[in-house]
Amino acid sequence: MAVKVKPEECISCGACVSACPFGAIVMEDDKAFITDACTACGACLDVCPVGAIIREVEEKNIAMNKEDYKGVWVYIEQAGGQARNVGYELLSEGRKLADAMGQELAGVLIGDKVEQLTKEVFARGADKIYLVEGKEFTHYSTDAYTITLTDLIHTYKPAVILMGATNDGRDLGPRVACRVGTGLTADCTNLGIDEASGLVAWTRPAFGGNIMATILCPDHRPQMGTIRPNVFKRSAPDYSRSGEIVKVTCKVKAADIRTKLLELIRVGTESVNLEEAEIIVSGGRGMSKPESFALIEELANTLGGAVGASRAVVDAGWKPALYQVGQTGKTVGPKVYFACGISGAIQHLAGMSSSDIVIAINKDPEAPIFKIANYGIVGDVMDVIPALIDEIKKIKAAG
Amino acid sequence: MEIVVCVKQVPDTTEVKIDPVTNTLIRQGVPSIVNPFDKNALEAALQLREKYGGKVTVLSMGPLQSKEALKECLAMGADEAILMSDRAFGGSDTLATSHALASGLRKMGRVDIILCGKQAIDGDTAQVGPEIAEHLGITQVTYVSKINTIDNQVINVEREHEEGYEVIEAQLPVLLTVVKSINEPRYPTVKGTMKANRKEIPIWTVNDVEVNHDALGLKGSPTQVRRIFTPERRVQGEMIQADTAKEAAALLVKRLVEVKII
Repeated sequence: MAVKVKPEECISCGACVSACPFGAIVMEDDKAFITDACTACGACLDVCPVGAIIREVEEKNIAMNKEDYKGVWVYIEQAGGQARNVGYELLSEGRKLADAMGQELAGVLIGDKVEQLTKEVFARGADKIYLVEGKEFTHYSTDAYTITLTDLIHTYKPAVILMGATNDGRDLGPRVACRVGTGLTADCTNLGIDEASGLVAWTRPAFGGNIMATILCPDHRPQMGTIRPNVFKRSAPDYSRSGEIVKVTCKVKAADIRTKLLELIRVGTESVNLEEAEIIVSGGRGMSKPESFALIEELANTLGGAVGASRAVVDAGWKPALYQVGQTGKTVGPKVYFACGISGAIQHLAGMSSSDIVIAINKDPEAPIFKIANYGIVGDVMDVIPALIDEIKKIKAAG
Repeated sequence: MEIVVCVKQVPDTTEVKIDPVTNTLIRQGVPSIVNPFDKNALEAALQLREKYGGKVTVLSMGPLQSKEALKECLAMGADEAILMSDRAFGGSDTLATSHALASGLRKMGRVDIILCGKQAIDGDTAQVGPEIAEHLGITQVTYVSKINTIDNQVINVEREHEEGYEVIEAQLPVLLTVVKSINEPRYPTVKGTMKANRKEIPIWTVNDVEVNHDALGLKGSPTQVRRIFTPERRVQGEMIQADTAKEAAALLVKRLVEVKII
């Protein structure tokens, strides 16, 4: 669907030029002209006061019978037989989509000896589980998992696939989407059903979190998306639930796997596991110097939480990239998020705004972080954090 | 060693602001830059060339002004630059973009290593790299934070993941996407900039590559943007007012106890 300007109707007001998020409209000979940078998002359609911009439907040659594709699948990512939380978060959201579509919800479980996870996958909402087991899946590899997921798609034809936007999910998703020849929307933070078409409406941040885009995949199946961990809540497990387990034989041969995992190095301790943490204490440039980061760690320890960092801190080399929260770092959704000396650039907010409670400490009362904070303290982190640690210790000792 | 780095010219999204009145992006005055992660990819390529010899080519797809980004890459030390630019490529989503870039890579003949940034900062999809690898049918390793060795056509790299790192070996040819921590990209030298200004950047149109025209542009893009909007911001909470840090801390802790966080 291309967006076109009807030059004879254009009144040269320029409203579309400033409304275009992609800078794809220029004024040429006093008429709006749409350049190659256009993504057909349609933002200009709404602002044109005279309706001179239209969406043209293009013919597509797609040999895909959409009616054959049914059901919502959730890819249950696991490592070493442990499912990541994001799979359960997606089952809870996938349940809503499946119900709205009147179709079944299936979990896809690929791994070595992972059958013990089926109970939990049913309890979290799946009607059915596709289970593929084999020693080829002991560790994640692009090749083994792509072959298997593609094979499942070709055989069982799902309408929708949800995957976690983890490093492995973002490695596997595009490879599978490309092999199947379908669309994939990355890093979604919201899902719904587009009322007009009944398609899944995938919403994701773009331009560093400055804008949100809702994306559809109208003519290709399955409709695929990766979803950021921690944006949806897991629903409470219901262990009375069960369903059909479809065991599928592993078709991967050892020679198909072209990468060899030599070593797995775990870094740091639990404190790095930001995705699963309930309390996160993050520090930013306002901590002034790397040594003062010890205060962040002490506050995190006192609260039993994990340590995070802003991009500025990671760029300055105070903390490794694994600690980075934000658009290009990790997305977190703890119960409590402490932002200490973090100004709250939009890129940072994109990684933590689904936290239940945000507490901001910053000496600049104008810092944007205060706009999204539930509790804010204007003050020097070097004074406030030690005082906080004292107070919390007092309460804990008394409690 | 034939190395190709895929780069994208992007608006500097850290400079993008939202107009509070119209709620639209203010693009005016926002500089176009080489996607920062792609600079890490180029730096990695240049370091490989220094160690193992060979040639580094940068490849981009985009409007003609993307030449500026390629010039910067040449100034940093790339040997060649090629721009794929054609109206037919416009409006491509990740699948169509990777189809086009893969056709350009095929035209180049032998390529041992393709390097990409982990994602572009305007779209943040992280999909074009893996999709190029799939179109070409080659091995991929994403989120590479270190390239250890290349020995006998086998590359040994470290891949970042949630809990730490994986050490992975793969036979060339391979496509790697790299993270920021892999290196510190060098700055262009004066000599490099002068050389870059003299260097011809070939433009490949849709007629210069073997592509399926139906798989390009909006027509070849399975995903379609339906709506663009500005994210909601949360309502302002409570600012804790106190004369000293100690009092403020005590008040905050009291609130946290009330809502059962402590």
